Amino acid sequence: MSHDPLSSAPWHYASAPEATDHVLLDERYELFIGGKFVAPKSGEYRPSINPANEKTLAQWAAAGADDVDAAVAAARRAYRSVWSKTKPAERGKYLFRIARQLQERAREFAVIESMDGGKPIRESRDVDIPLAAAHFFYHAGWADKLEYAFPNRSVAPLGVAGQIIPWNFPLLMAAWKIAPALATGNTVVLKPAETTPLTALKLAELIQEADLPPGVVNIVTGDGTAGAALVAHPGVDKIAFTGSTNVGREIQRRLAGSSTRYTLELGGKAANIVFADAAIDEAVEGIVNAIFFNQGHVCCAGSRLLVQESVAEALTAKLKARMASLIVGDPLDKNTDIGAINSREQLQRIRHYLDVGVEEGAELYQSAADLPGKGYYCAPSLFSGVSQSDRVVQEEIFGPVLTIQTFRTFDEALMKANNTRYGLSGGVWTDKGSKIFKMTNQIRAGVIWANTFNKFDPTAPFGGYKESGVGREGGLHGLDGYVELGHRRGKS
Amino acid sequence: MSRDSESPRLSVAKTYKLYINGRFPRSESGRYFSLSASNGKLTANVSRASRKDFREAVVAARAALDGWSSSSAYLRGQILYRVAEMLESRSAEFVAELRDQGRSQARARTEVSESIDRLVYFAGWADKYQQVFSAVNPVATSHFCFSLLEPTGVVGVLAPERSGLLGLVSNVAAAIVGGNTVVALASESRPLSAISLAEVLQSGDVPAGVVNLLTGFRAELAEHFLSHMDVNAVVVCEHDPVIDDGVAATSAENLKRLLNRCDRDWRTATDPYLICETQEVKTTWHPIAP
Repeated sequence: MSHDPLSSAPWHYASAPEATDHVLLDERYELFIGGKFVAPKSGEYRPSINPANEKTLAQWAAAGADDVDAAVAAARRAYRSVWSKTKPAERGKYLFRIARQLQERAREFAVIESMDGGKPIRESRDVDIPLAAAHFFYHAGWADKLEYAFPNRSVAPLGVAGQIIPWNFPLLMAAWKIAPALATGNTVVLKPAETTPLTALKLAELIQEADLPPGVVNIVTGDGTAGAALVAHPGVDKIAFTGSTNVGREIQRRLAGSSTRYTLELGGKAANIVFADAAIDEAVEGIVNAIFFNQGHVCCAGSRLLVQESVAEALTAKLKARMASLIVGDPLDKNTDIGAINSREQLQRIRHYLDVGVEEGAELYQSAADLPGKGYYCAPSLFSGVSQSDRVVQEEIFGPVLTIQTFRTFDEALMKANNTRYGLSGGVWTDKGSKIFKMTNQIRAGVIWANTFNKFDPTAPFGGYKESGVGREGGLHGLDGYVELGHRRGKS
Repeated sequence: MSRDSESPRLSVAKTYKLYINGRFPRSESGRYFSLSASNGKLTANVSRASRKDFREAVVAARAALDGWSSSSAYLRGQILYRVAEMLESRSAEFVAELRDQGRSQARARTEVSESIDRLVYFAGWADKYQQVFSAVNPVATSHFCFSLLEPTGVVGVLAPERSGLLGLVSNVAAAIVGGNTVVALASESRPLSAISLAEVLQSGDVPAGVVNLLTGFRAELAEHFLSHMDVNAVVVCEHDPVIDDGVAATSAENLKRLLNRCDRDWRTATDPYLICETQEVKTTWHPIAP
């Protein structure tokens, strides 16, 4: 390092804050039902907290069962009277319009997303919001072409879709849910997560401005009781849920055997497998992206690193050095790599798992990042010396916590990768194409990245095997969750 | 006249067994249930499978999964076609058996022919469903991204009650042509065809464990199908009070896929979407070098 002319002058980054003066938030947000913003019958409001500084951003309405009922009724009315009679091509044009308006206001949405959820502005600006707009744009075009997606079948909507989304990608998840539902002719009741309701409410304003017929999209903010009311509502034809495996299991318990359809996008514990012949520096960048993207609040995060023994030592050294250079702090600073943990509860959960790992005998490395005094932050963390049965290897932590294990042979890597109840995603790093295909064919997971990680696109189906969920979202295959197939007239 | 010609020949009746891991055991429990013809005469003492039989069948199906799912589409197609050949050559026996279980001669004949044709139909899909239902995804970044179908795994089938042969054949063929392995519970009132079908599967070179066929009571076994932690999907073909909400809810424990195929007309079930329902979509991303 002494030959490095820069070594005596370590990098200092002047702060590069994103401007917030163009962002207007109301003091209080109501429920969006039947095209109007209405006060909750529950009369209850809760604060949405900026996890970066613990300040209240706005109040949101906490919907009760009555409010959910009103939203479902509005969605049913809109389905019967308007949306099911709207020409498919016109349905598509509404979605194109929403996509465009979202693009126009992208920066405003990005700033709010980072303020409300704690994710770095670089990510909300470059990933969340552009992808959300892209989801509307992609699905818009499907509206009048659905017969091509399902060969030899007629395609009909299901009716009213109840959709429950998590706090890790608030607007993007809203887009994942709303866009395909509308493109296929369904109407929607969407419940955002209680810690991140604001961009969904801003989307409600945008939807109003886009002149979408009232009631086609209803957005009811609320906690788990509102979600449960939506799942149990007899007027809902389909539930789409993204969240934890435990809640997903509850939903299947409730709906199994009933006529309500469901798709579930649940947890994960993805293996990220690095073979000795991989480009190690690229792999290190990929490992960092796999687990520290969005503070590790990613269901498909590469949270289990599997490294071939012969390169484990060298790779671990490089990884620790790279972790030490990650900037943890203000989500609105454009230099920030790792923003704020989404909520106090989640930070406690992560800290609990850090304790569990240490108690289980693992060795914990954390970067010596300078954490802000206020707000919820966690330094990037790496557990080594873990065994396959350790809780930190088996359970989803949903934070910036990586475990590292080694392997000698291909079969050992595969066995460890598949030794999990989950099956959402996986990663493989090797220079050898045939080995990539051999591994990607055998990992039991719905999304596999080879020499890359955490890439998303509206055209690419996403979803899990095993206990990571049921059904797919996005792409050709994601349409299936919102349609009823019939026989075309005169054919079988 | 000799004594021999005076006495009519006594026919040799078949002992109906279970089919687990390519073998034909009676139930480990020793239990049976009787089927009678309309004239009250005993048709068969059918094995009444126990939970333990079911669990052994799941173990066999799981063990067979790797080999079967990695066999080529061409091979799976040929094996299904071979099963159709075997069924054709024994069709008279299947017709007689369906008649013993209450079908008219004409309807029995039709059901057997349709079952043979259904096997040929799905055999032909073996190397096509992937082409029709997979996708290359035109992602906006510099990646080659594609989504293809992989078998869900071990599939439980609670077979249709009335369509004792055709319904069973349709569900089993759709699952195994896609690389899954199967544990099926036969129709309770028309169970005989299932065991004769097992003989056809065996002689048709379907590897041991790929299809396991049980006879017994849905009221007893359905809950085990739905709650077993190593079953990946269950196909339910009958509205049945024994599969109430509580029993269905146990499927959530391992988030198994629950497929409702009640109310289907199995005579018209030439349907590749039956294959897709027991497939998982896997999306793979490969970078394209700049």
